[in-house]
Amino acid sequence: MSRFAVTVVGHDRPGIVADVTGALAEHGGNIEDSSMTLLRGHFAWTLIVDIPDATAADLDQTLANVNADRLKVAVIELADEDDADEQAADYWLTVHGADRPGIVSAVTRVVAEVGGNLTNLTTRLAGGMYVVGADVDFPTGVNVQQVTEQLTTTATELGVVAALRPADSDVL
Amino acid sequence: MNEHPVGTPVPVPDLPPGRVLAEVLAPDPILSAACKTVDPTDPAIAQLCADLLATMDVAPGCVGLAANQIGVDARAFSLDVREHPKTRTCHGRFVLLNAEVLEASRNEKAREGCMSVPDFTGDVKRATRLTVKGVLPVTGEEIVIRTDAFEARALQHEIDHTNGFLFLDRVAGAHAIHVRKTYL
Repeated sequence: MSRFAVTVVGHDRPGIVADVTGALAEHGGNIEDSSMTLLRGHFAWTLIVDIPDATAADLDQTLANVNADRLKVAVIELADEDDADEQAADYWLTVHGADRPGIVSAVTRVVAEVGGNLTNLTTRLAGGMYVVGADVDFPTGVNVQQVTEQLTTTATELGVVAALRPADSDVL
Repeated sequence: MNEHPVGTPVPVPDLPPGRVLAEVLAPDPILSAACKTVDPTDPAIAQLCADLLATMDVAPGCVGLAANQIGVDARAFSLDVREHPKTRTCHGRFVLLNAEVLEASRNEKAREGCMSVPDFTGDVKRATRLTVKGVLPVTGEEIVIRTDAFEARALQHEIDHTNGFLFLDRVAGAHAIHVRKTYL
């Protein structure tokens, strides 16, 4: 079994997902996790796919029809490693304020310095307002209160507002 | 129809000894089909109610359990949110049959999971003010329950089960489904 990451980025049009998945299905590909969105109107999709007995070159060839001037497809063969299965606390990080360079790097550096790992990230710019939303896992033992205080300090220096909240899910 | 006094325990009739039953996991089709309306006076339903309570009581963190989650095609569920920190109004530990939502308002989004879908959570909008009607086992008494906050969310989640819906059918948007990382 071979596992690949496929990225598809570029000009949006109806039918991209159907085209890509159709091509992968011809090889018996099984799509696992994937995430697609439009980023300022540009199509952006990353997917993890298992395809037995295929090489990255095979997939490049299969996806050639999709890979056009205004839409780029890249295929990366992934190393065979176990899926992460680590227990961790979940937090939501939100940041918003007037747009300026350096917001994402500054706040995510605070998280990274204590070993926090972003598991989802969305950034949006509209009307001069910049909004960041992220899911964060912290390793056991991290003092989240201290991280929150550092995030507040960093955000204040940037003129934005940051908040870190437990993303507690209720089992019903 | 008896409008139950807000915040007072819904009565549980005398039931036979309950059995702890195995939980059914998605994608079992029984979780995706509407359940049958039940006769509250049927002794088999009294046994089912006892089993729901017994199974709910021993499952860590479990605040509600629908009959199809233990493999029984019946519009029945147990509920107990007394120990949950997000609970405001609370009607104790009880079983409700043939329940349906009468009024729902003030939606709020929160992340929820389900014992029958152990590997995912999802962000789901649910009403925080809720009125439901249902029938009590054994006596067949019809009651109306008004509640809010977490009990309202839990009731909607369980009534969804009786209608064949999982929280996965209710998630708020394409990026509202998450792989669950924290296990009880």
